[in-house]
Amino acid sequence: MSSFWSIWVSVITLGSILGCYLLLRWCLLNKTGVEEGDDMHHSFDGIIEINNPLPRWWTILFYIVLVWGLIYLAAYPGLGNFAGLLGWKSSNQNIQSLAESREAVELAKQNGELVQYDREIAQAEERFGPIFDKYASQPIEVLAKDEEALKIGQRLFLQNCSQCHGSDARGQRGFPNLTDNDWLYGGTPAKIKETLLNGRNAMMPAWLDAFGEQGIEEVVAYTLSLSGRQVDQQLKEAGEARFAACAACHGPDGKGNQAFGAPNLTDNIWLYGSTKETVTETLKYGRAGVMPSFKDTLGEKKVHLVSAYVYSLSQDN
Amino acid sequence: MKNVHELVEKNVGLLTVFILVAISFGAMVEITPLMYQQQTMEKVDGLKPYTALQLEGRDIYIREGCVGCHSQMIRPFRAETERYGHYSVAGESVWEHPFLWGSKRTGPDLARVGGRYSDEWHRVHLINPRDVVPESNMPGFPWLAENTLDGELTAEKMEVFRGFGVPYTDEDIAGAKAAVQGKTEMEALIAYLQSLGTALK
Repeated sequence: MSSFWSIWVSVITLGSILGCYLLLRWCLLNKTGVEEGDDMHHSFDGIIEINNPLPRWWTILFYIVLVWGLIYLAAYPGLGNFAGLLGWKSSNQNIQSLAESREAVELAKQNGELVQYDREIAQAEERFGPIFDKYASQPIEVLAKDEEALKIGQRLFLQNCSQCHGSDARGQRGFPNLTDNDWLYGGTPAKIKETLLNGRNAMMPAWLDAFGEQGIEEVVAYTLSLSGRQVDQQLKEAGEARFAACAACHGPDGKGNQAFGAPNLTDNIWLYGSTKETVTETLKYGRAGVMPSFKDTLGEKKVHLVSAYVYSLSQDN
Repeated sequence: MKNVHELVEKNVGLLTVFILVAISFGAMVEITPLMYQQQTMEKVDGLKPYTALQLEGRDIYIREGCVGCHSQMIRPFRAETERYGHYSVAGESVWEHPFLWGSKRTGPDLARVGGRYSDEWHRVHLINPRDVVPESNMPGFPWLAENTLDGELTAEKMEVFRGFGVPYTDEDIAGAKAAVQGKTEMEALIAYLQSLGTALK
């Protein structure tokens, strides 16, 4: 703040306190010309006004508030650029990027002048840091059998993942079930963690232009037949001929490819629904499933625990 | 002697003037200096003006009263930053006119909701929140998926924001109508939501 504004703030603030004090003193003067406790000769409906001063307890409270205001302004930042005798700050507001935010914390640590928020974080780090460190050093397979670790993982899951995958992790239309051991990108601990850290962007292209209405119907028939559904034989055969285009991602046998997150079409597990209408819609207009990245939101150590929880869900199957 | 205080007690107009004077002291100290402070005018490094579509989405956010239940202000407490991400800083709001910080959290804070969910999740959730979050008490906004934008006023809105100092180029403004025309309100709102809080990196 420039010194002009600093002075502006200080003068008005202190002036207001002084003004409040003078107003109180003025109100305490007897300006009515009537003795205290005497009748003011003003009555309404038989109720008469008596010249009473402001209550003493109220007046004293007013003085206390004024004094408290001055103490507060001396201790905490309030008067323009004056930082206060306690040197207290709530947060590092003067930052333009996350890197600057981290620098500000480091700098404050070296000077021993952490702001309120960073102190809170430092205390939490001291208390919870060792717990997360302990789990971070253990492999996910081990954590998936550790009841305490799973409890933490489940908490984090409910906070961050349940909005899409459901609180029971069984997913819903468009958001995969995590308990059925059927994986789009792979269900090894490392793959699950990779998915959580970096997110995934699935891309099923729209085929209406390439196949046409008739072609779509054929490919749908063939696709449905892959998981053992009864379909029109002629359509199926025509669809099989067109399936080469699909095989690039879903494989020649339709068993999918975890490198692209291309689903297995033969296992009768459907992300968007198994009806002919839904599969037709998928083929015509494509799909774009997105798993957000949690590297910045949760950090690596918490992702490690969530990975263990997610991994544990399908281990009984 | 006449009681001078009676003047104020019996004259509402005069009382109003005195009240305004008293309140203006607060504004003079709390608000006026901020308008001239570097810290509240300097943008964060990653800040970009809203695209035409995002800007329209922001207006839908205002129209539907989202700000009544969702704040856009992460306070510097661990309990908030653990859930929402880095606390909000002044430089993220320099181009917000008006800001939508809100003061009520019936739903979660949205200051950093950008990228937290997929577009598809937002679409399903906005049509009927209970389809994805069974315990949600948020109302559904199914008409957003049906209403389309005509973009008649988009360029004008951007002009207004340029007047506030948002660096829209002439090309941005010239292409505004084409950028939003025919898009659904749903697409616009989702584009806006996905941009929130992504400037601080």
